[in-house]
Amino acid sequence: MAEQTHPTSTASLQTREDGGLLADAPPEVLDIQPGLADGTGPTGSVKVEKSKGKRLGVMGWLALGWMVLVLLMAVVPTLFPIPALEERSRDAIVSGNFGPQSGHWLGVDGSGYDMASKVVHGARASMTVAVGGITFALLIGGFLGLISGYFRGKVDTVIVGAFNVMLAMPALILALTLATVFATGDNVSYARRVFIVMLAIGIVSIPIIGRIARANTLAWAEREFVLASRLLGTKTPRIIWREVLPNVAPAMFSIALLGVGVAIVAEGGLALLGVGVPASITSPSWGNLIATLRSQLFLGRPWGVFAPSVAIFLTILSLNYLGDVVRARFDVRESVL
Amino acid sequence: MKMVLKRVGQLVVVLFLVTALTALLFSLLPGDLAEVSIPFGSDEQREALREDLGLKEPVFVQYGRWMGNFVQGDFGSFYRQGNVTSVVDRVKSTAPVSLQLMLYAQVLALALAIPLGILTARRAGSAVDKGTNTTAYALLALPNFVLALVLAYIVGVELEWVPPQGYVRLTQNVGDHLKTMVLPTVSLAVGQVAIYMRLLRTDLVATLQQDFILMAKSKGITERRVLWRHALRPSSLTLLTAAGLNVGTLIGGALILEIIFNLDGMGRLIFESISERQVVAIQSLVAIVAIAYVLVNFLVDLLYAVLDPRIRRG
Repeated sequence: MAEQTHPTSTASLQTREDGGLLADAPPEVLDIQPGLADGTGPTGSVKVEKSKGKRLGVMGWLALGWMVLVLLMAVVPTLFPIPALEERSRDAIVSGNFGPQSGHWLGVDGSGYDMASKVVHGARASMTVAVGGITFALLIGGFLGLISGYFRGKVDTVIVGAFNVMLAMPALILALTLATVFATGDNVSYARRVFIVMLAIGIVSIPIIGRIARANTLAWAEREFVLASRLLGTKTPRIIWREVLPNVAPAMFSIALLGVGVAIVAEGGLALLGVGVPASITSPSWGNLIATLRSQLFLGRPWGVFAPSVAIFLTILSLNYLGDVVRARFDVRESVL
Repeated sequence: MKMVLKRVGQLVVVLFLVTALTALLFSLLPGDLAEVSIPFGSDEQREALREDLGLKEPVFVQYGRWMGNFVQGDFGSFYRQGNVTSVVDRVKSTAPVSLQLMLYAQVLALALAIPLGILTARRAGSAVDKGTNTTAYALLALPNFVLALVLAYIVGVELEWVPPQGYVRLTQNVGDHLKTMVLPTVSLAVGQVAIYMRLLRTDLVATLQQDFILMAKSKGITERRVLWRHALRPSSLTLLTAAGLNVGTLIGGALILEIIFNLDGMGRLIFESISERQVVAIQSLVAIVAIAYVLVNFLVDLLYAVLDPRIRRG
């Protein structure tokens, strides 16, 4: 597919009502930005978010706090005062009360299993798939993007071509194909299926992260300090590693945070299509909880779906917010994205 | 014209690579395809299926044969115990449902996003602007299937305003059709509204500071006309780009929402094919979706050139 051109830079379009902040901004805020490959050059407008980005703010701390909580759920679920996964509540079924109640503060599903317990234990599979997949994409996509943007020429043409072919398929369809081919069948183990879902999400994310790494590398590799390093006889891998990568990293990290959010949604989507993390009482993931418990919702027992839905929503919201903070803090320009 | 020819060339290459990639991936599927597709069939049935699919031949021959059939409109068959149904027939009945859903959602998204974008850009910094932006930000974090299930529960199950699941064809009953489509459409559109609105707002804020807007205002043209005619026009390119990039999300979303709302569309067909391990069908269905996606992006590129003379000449 031909490359999409973005006619406007969205980053620089903050309104000027907060103008004047530049006066008391620390020196690094005034740092000259790299000229862009497409010749747009530095934009003159004042960035409001940048000064805010110096501090996390209340929202930022809440977002960070939630993510720490999610990571704790994923790593040490035993830390939380919750019933065991196999435990069923007779009382809830007998009384017909499935909503939040004492001992089950997120309610129970239609079979009496505690939802808080399922959500806490489900974090591990969801986060493994999402964080693992995006890390994989960061490594491969980042490497290809750096190489492509630094060397340009034929290498660039081939890598960009490969990215475009991958992007020519809707991401979900490509992930679906990969997961169907490698993770279906009767004698495929749980670990293998989780690994394949992770890999499928990782592979579809490669071109997205790769293109951002490439665009940023194109801009930074032209800078004087890179040229200086080259003239001093520094070996190419070292230039890329020490001079280019540190400058490209914030953009990649910021998009990776958003990517983890998208990956969590993808895990849910794949689960709904029947090729996600395999569901059982003892192996919940947020996606497969929604996929398996959704039929109960139509029978008037929505708590099984609500709890993981809220977890997914809060996690993506937090990741989006933190991604914006990183972008504002390091002044990643969206026009390069 | 030269540009169009070049793009058509690119299109052919991309279509070839996408279908070849799909075929290659499916050839990697472990196990005997005949075994997988009809696990309870007799040996003769399996042998016939192997013969039919050309499983004994190398991958590229299989691909060539599949491609030959595909371009002639033969998308293969569903192989079930003792009966074989054609994929084409199912696609003919399911594809319109998916297309309807995507079309409705896209129209609704733009119908909401354009006025909202104009409103917030004109009152940039006001409470309305901040409120709308915060809401849009939150909606971006809401996956469509989550929204779908919440809506299905509240509107469908609790309030009983519309049936929470199922599909009625447009030709059967227009009112019932709209009732069954309203929840899927809203679920699919909401995320898009947030994206389009935010884009349009930032775009318009910049446009409104330009000299030609001042010029238009000083000529005494009403503010409404300046906003809708003069300021909105350059943003049409931004919206078009966004719409093009969004098609992939839209397709993915539609497939998933069909499963949730039990609409008889392509998504359900793919879901069925996966759970029944109908590999031939899946390969064709995936190819159909991918080709549709590539074609839409191609059309967006062409439309882009029509709208923007700089691209047409360059």
